[in-house]
Amino acid sequence: MLGLRAMAEAVVATGTARKIKPKMGRDDWAMRSFMLIIGLYLVASLALPLYTMLSKSFEAYSFRLEFFEMQVDRGEGWGEVLSVRELAIAQGVIDPEDSSASAGHRITPNKFFTDFSFRSPTMYRVRSTSAEGGGFIAKGVIITDFEWHEFTSNELRRVLLRPAQSPGLGNFVAYFSTPSLFFSIYNSVFIAVISTVITVTLAFAFAYALTRSCMPLKGLFKTIAMVPILVPSLLPGIALVYLFGNQGMIKEVLFGYSIYGPIGIIIAEVFFTLPHALLIIITALSIADGRLYEAALSLRASKIKIFFTVTLPGARYGLISAAFVVFTLVITDFGAPKVIGGQFNVLAVDIYKQVVGQQNFQMGAVVSVVLLIPAIVAFFVDRAVQKRQVALLSARAVAYEPKPSPRFDGAMLGYSLFISFFILGMLAVCQYAALIKFWPYDLSLGLTNYNFDVMDGGGWDSFGNSIQLGFYTALFGTVIVFVGAYMVEKGRGFHAGRSAFQFLAMMPMAVPGLVLGLAYIFFFNNPNNPLHFLYGTMPILVICTITHFYTVAHLTATTALKQMDVEFEAVSQSLKQPFHKMFTRVTVPVCLPAILDISIYLFVNAMTTVSAVVFLYSPDTTLASVAVLNMDDAGDIAPAAAMGMMIFYTNAVVRVVHGLISVQLRRRTQAWRTR
Amino acid sequence: MQDRKPYLEVTLLTKAFGSFIALKEISLEVFESEFVCFLGPSGCGKTTLLRAIAGLDIQTSGTISQAGSDISGLPPAERDFGIVFQSYALFPNLTVIKNIAYGLESRKRPAAEVAARVKELLDLVGLPDQGPKYPAQLSGGQQQRIALARAIATSPGLLLLDEPLSALDAKVRVRLRHEVKELQRQLGITTIMVTHDQEEALTMADRIVVMNHGVIEQIGTPLEIYREPATAFVADFIGTMNFLPGKILGPNRVRLGDLDLACEGDGFDSGAEVMLAVRPEDVLVQGAEGEGENTFQATVMETEFLGSFIRAELALPGVAEQRLRADFSINLVRRLNIEDGGQVTVALPKDRLRLYAGAPGHG
Repeated sequence: MLGLRAMAEAVVATGTARKIKPKMGRDDWAMRSFMLIIGLYLVASLALPLYTMLSKSFEAYSFRLEFFEMQVDRGEGWGEVLSVRELAIAQGVIDPEDSSASAGHRITPNKFFTDFSFRSPTMYRVRSTSAEGGGFIAKGVIITDFEWHEFTSNELRRVLLRPAQSPGLGNFVAYFSTPSLFFSIYNSVFIAVISTVITVTLAFAFAYALTRSCMPLKGLFKTIAMVPILVPSLLPGIALVYLFGNQGMIKEVLFGYSIYGPIGIIIAEVFFTLPHALLIIITALSIADGRLYEAALSLRASKIKIFFTVTLPGARYGLISAAFVVFTLVITDFGAPKVIGGQFNVLAVDIYKQVVGQQNFQMGAVVSVVLLIPAIVAFFVDRAVQKRQVALLSARAVAYEPKPSPRFDGAMLGYSLFISFFILGMLAVCQYAALIKFWPYDLSLGLTNYNFDVMDGGGWDSFGNSIQLGFYTALFGTVIVFVGAYMVEKGRGFHAGRSAFQFLAMMPMAVPGLVLGLAYIFFFNNPNNPLHFLYGTMPILVICTITHFYTVAHLTATTALKQMDVEFEAVSQSLKQPFHKMFTRVTVPVCLPAILDISIYLFVNAMTTVSAVVFLYSPDTTLASVAVLNMDDAGDIAPAAAMGMMIFYTNAVVRVVHGLISVQLRRRTQAWRTR
Repeated sequence: MQDRKPYLEVTLLTKAFGSFIALKEISLEVFESEFVCFLGPSGCGKTTLLRAIAGLDIQTSGTISQAGSDISGLPPAERDFGIVFQSYALFPNLTVIKNIAYGLESRKRPAAEVAARVKELLDLVGLPDQGPKYPAQLSGGQQQRIALARAIATSPGLLLLDEPLSALDAKVRVRLRHEVKELQRQLGITTIMVTHDQEEALTMADRIVVMNHGVIEQIGTPLEIYREPATAFVADFIGTMNFLPGKILGPNRVRLGDLDLACEGDGFDSGAEVMLAVRPEDVLVQGAEGEGENTFQATVMETEFLGSFIRAELALPGVAEQRLRADFSINLVRRLNIEDGGQVTVALPKDRLRLYAGAPGHG
């Protein structure tokens, strides 16, 4: 081999061999163009907004009052030149140690004079002494020259000193010197770790019951466990308020502890993340090799020993993967802590508060960057673990067949009933709350809470908007995702471009929704951006939602495409048929189940998502999920529950319809699957 | 054959994957209507060469010309070939008819003409009634034939077969060998087949290209390859071969242990170390007191019953640890009463002895 390499190097060195440049065919051009278009879509809808947000987080603003000077004329001619910084410190207007500000902060110089009265005949003069000062606004004009400008006392009220912008870590310094802000990091990690431990444990036991016992009704239990996917993460919080809140139905069981805080958040997060963990762990447990169990039994290993030496090690990658998925979901979730968190601050809610509450976009960007770190770490660890899991999957294993054991099966049935009761109970409480006229004073049932039009949040229109969003997201998202995945998987050559595309497609997984939403504000709300016209429209919500949920959809598509024979394209090309014939006649029909899965995934998530779109909706495009949030914020908890349940019913109906269509389509177009 | 103009010409073709050289300056010619096999162990580059000819993985350097025009850098769709893969790559959601018609359908061709051609092809591969079925409903051998029908449907100038029979079980494989070969002869289509199965190559090919480590070891007819392997690798890879260490004594004389043998080796210096190669079936048994060139007494160490013949391990005089394998027919064994521990007089015909340079690398 070494000899060959040396010979080849010699060939290259002497330059005897002319390199052959592959000629691109018509198909190659077409496929690359498609990939480029979808790649550009991802750049514009993901990479550029995130870049803008990152650069904003490094744009610090601070008041540089040392670069302003003032003079006063109290009827005796102009007095001495006064340093504004000293005036401000003397009056306690600013803290000399901390002059940080947001871009929108202004100081009016009349505050520097205790004797100021806008009716007095006193005259004032203001000037900047350096361009680093940021200048000031007078009579609606930004003044950055270094001349004196004179103002009557009445005019001085409307003079605004501007903070100066300086690139650097100023925002981060400010963040970490504000205990109320950086303490959220600890809170977020705490909530995420505890929720992860509880969820993974519960999900493992549930998955164990589904795969290793002979209990009845497994299909029903699995369906029930998937229900939380169909509701916004705000809903469990609302249910908990009704159960354990200040006027809760059974608040006594908390023994005086408040549900508003970590306890409530964790219960809501467990509800919200259970199905995600369950799906991963079921897969991990299903690939166990039955022969290992037979071997262990023949060695007379006890049941407990088998569990710890065969079952757990076999499922370890699934457990790790599930743990990271749950951790990421919890730390980036905003719905549950918003509704039930009370005074307990977490990172995701901080972003919302900074942006929506205080309009401090720079600080929102800083918190976003902080939140990105654990999400990205979890993402990469999970990718690494999943690669090893694939290796396990490809091994030839004999499926494990559980044997009936009345005691064990009974215990597992009891456990499954308990989990199902927990899940359905939460929904039942919400539905009950939505129907009661006025909890806890008027318990008669009625539909008054469904009169959304008289409440905050956009009324019934927002429900219609949500359905529109779900429909467009599913339609365009499926097309974009599947075509993109096809071009990446089945394209010829162009490896650099395909890897770049693959990287872009994986990125959304690591980006929390709120971060994406905030990045969109920075990017699309800039009037200089040619895409500015999208801001505040339905299309931007669709684009944002497709991008937000791109990765899972993309992975579903690539998995389906990878299962197809790699030589199909080669055969089609040898028969001189264009790629689109291959795509429409073979690829799409064979991948139809996966395509339907992608569309329902996008629809359901578009209905339930709050995080990214909460920054992007306009009065014309209010959404049902955001309406739940806003009605809850306004104290209309019962209507919030009612709207949340409307989302659930919509998703449930769509799921059922999707199931029926799938069966029909499969019967008609996938006849070849049956022998 | 050599005076004809080649249909396909590969010149100094090299393919590198990073620093790994998969093909190294390959040159070969394929003539019109010829059936050529690329034969070699896995990883020898034979499939890479086929994919380069198809345009599926374009070579790093070197040229390929087909029917007189340079196709070196062309994408597959602009070349003229049909291909059958080991996996068959039949479209699972299309019926057999639709699969075969896939390359025929176009706006210009009337549907009736397509249907007629499909029927003709189905008859040709001997599956006239399987048209409406889906591929999954057919056996492996049937799927193989459909894949073949689809590949030749558009009457390409070149048929490429990538290990087409290796996914089939042994009996079906043997039957299909003949069918594919017969079909090729009937259509007169120039064909290149990649295989790692030497029996397949020997029975089907007009010429065989033996490859190893990205280079061509030998090109020749099956008989040439078998009778006169050009290198020790070919000798070892095709059929069974004894390799014995020897030393050149002089022109056409070689020493093997205590034996002084006549041979037809030229180009070796006297005193050079060589490998003597002889096939087990070429070891001749003489009568008990047989005389003649290269005749000697050997001890039968062990015999192995292989059905129609017996393979004996013979100890040669003065060659420790080396065994000469020899195939004897059952008849012969009975007649000469050959058994373990017995003596037998054998001859190594000098025209069957081949010499290769170098220290023992095989056997």
